[in-house]
Amino acid sequence: MIRVLSATGMLGSGFREETLKRAMALRPDFIGADSGSTDPGPYYLGSGDTHFSDSAYKRDLRLMLRAGRAAGIPVIVGSACTAGIDAQLERLVGIARDIAREDKLQFKLAAIHSEPDRGYLKRKLKEGRITPLANAPRLDEGVIERASHIVGLAGIEPYIEALEHGAEVIIAGRSSDTSIFAALPVMRGCNPATAWHMAKILECGAACVVQRKYPDCMVATLADDHFVVEPPNLEYRCDPVSVASHNLYENSTPYELIEPSGVLSTVEARYEALSDRAVRVCGSTFRKSERYTIKLEGAELAGFQSIIIGAVRDPVILRQFDSWLAGLERACKDRIRAVFGEDIEEKYKFHVRVFGKNAAMGPLEPETAIGHELGLLFQVTAQTQDLATALMKSVGHMAVHYPVPEWSGLITSIAYPYSPAEIARGASYRFSLNHVVEPASPLEMFRIEYETVR
Amino acid sequence: MKLWQIAKLIRSKNSGPFELTFDVIMKDRATYEKVRDAGVINAQWFARTYRLRPEVVSIINYDAAAAIKITIPRPTISGDIDDSDVFGGQQYGPLVDLEIP
Repeated sequence: MIRVLSATGMLGSGFREETLKRAMALRPDFIGADSGSTDPGPYYLGSGDTHFSDSAYKRDLRLMLRAGRAAGIPVIVGSACTAGIDAQLERLVGIARDIAREDKLQFKLAAIHSEPDRGYLKRKLKEGRITPLANAPRLDEGVIERASHIVGLAGIEPYIEALEHGAEVIIAGRSSDTSIFAALPVMRGCNPATAWHMAKILECGAACVVQRKYPDCMVATLADDHFVVEPPNLEYRCDPVSVASHNLYENSTPYELIEPSGVLSTVEARYEALSDRAVRVCGSTFRKSERYTIKLEGAELAGFQSIIIGAVRDPVILRQFDSWLAGLERACKDRIRAVFGEDIEEKYKFHVRVFGKNAAMGPLEPETAIGHELGLLFQVTAQTQDLATALMKSVGHMAVHYPVPEWSGLITSIAYPYSPAEIARGASYRFSLNHVVEPASPLEMFRIEYETVR
Repeated sequence: MKLWQIAKLIRSKNSGPFELTFDVIMKDRATYEKVRDAGVINAQWFARTYRLRPEVVSIINYDAAAAIKITIPRPTISGDIDDSDVFGGQQYGPLVDLEIP
């Protein structure tokens, strides 16, 4: 029997200290937590910035490390600090070192690196060993060179390697969410289907409960052919539908989970209530793939942005809003050409988002009615921040006085809440890879460094 | 009747930065079977609403959760300069008021 404790769905988002305490009383075999996601967009992979603050990471990691060291069980964190690039891995390792020093903890730490060498990737591309996934952008050497960062999603093998080397704390760069939780059970001989399905349910912490009010811990207990999931927080409960529903989350099909070494199928899975809080899951199958593949993620610089936020309230403008806005956009582009010359055309992009009309769905919005006011967001993207800001200064002045035929004389047609109106948004990135690579071995792309932290 | 009146959850979300996935989870099994078998949520409706070819719309019935899952290519890459919804979380609006016979 193996017991798994997932501290939270995302390191830094939090969990209740008393829930962790209750979960530790169940004597889990390890504590795991995912620290990454592509959800908040390409910025974190492109820039190396983190989704949460160091303080938030430190609070969660401190409680996990204290509990893990007190019980003598491994603590495993994957996809360090959002995107799992080397710099983010180093950042979380640094936080772990600080905690050890402050709390007088000692442990053998393994740091798993997930950022492969560009030369390695170019070689793989030439050999035809990089293939596209659904809806992938075109890949060539230029894409590999241009990317700010490229990471590979580690499977269970680097984790197992580190555990076999005696690691007591593992912090990994980018990793598949599930590998964090499946590695130790598979290493100990658990049926892979049970281990991977449990891992999918646990990787989001308490997300599989009937009503998740705040992030918290989750516990699963594995036998060879089934696992039982039961929340350690007594305010929470799981039922068969809540657990089965979690397979839907952030996945294009609830029946399949594609991992580096194979595919979990939940077609035959059965979910049964053991109590009003616990659910027993069995019946999944795991088919080993013919080729071992590592998913790649990459982000490149899209440009630097300047934005202006404003609001329109005049009913006369709102009644002819579409034609007024089309004229305004033309006038802004004309002014930009007049100031910066004809060849500026290739060097910037201008977008207007209209809140209250189609800001969420853009051109796909079927609703046409508008209310008594509209919000405008002007956005200029250019190759430098200075250029984006300079262009936006021209837009801001042209837009704020753009006329309608009904009013004679100079009008001020947009309410700007800020001075200056233009806001430098900094670098904007774009996801540039959605591919898998075939490494020669599962460990080849993931360098592991060991150190004794004290 | 509208879809929101018989569903306990209608949501959209990224399935990675390049795909958008929708979950419609029904209040009970009987309602789920009725909606599933009536085929109201179909590739043609999605293709029309999200301006796609019907061939790229994936619709999966998930009996274990009384849910229907729809996955489409993302209209723009998550977080790209012309994207309007980085998480893909507010793209299900048209489904909420879908008429259910």
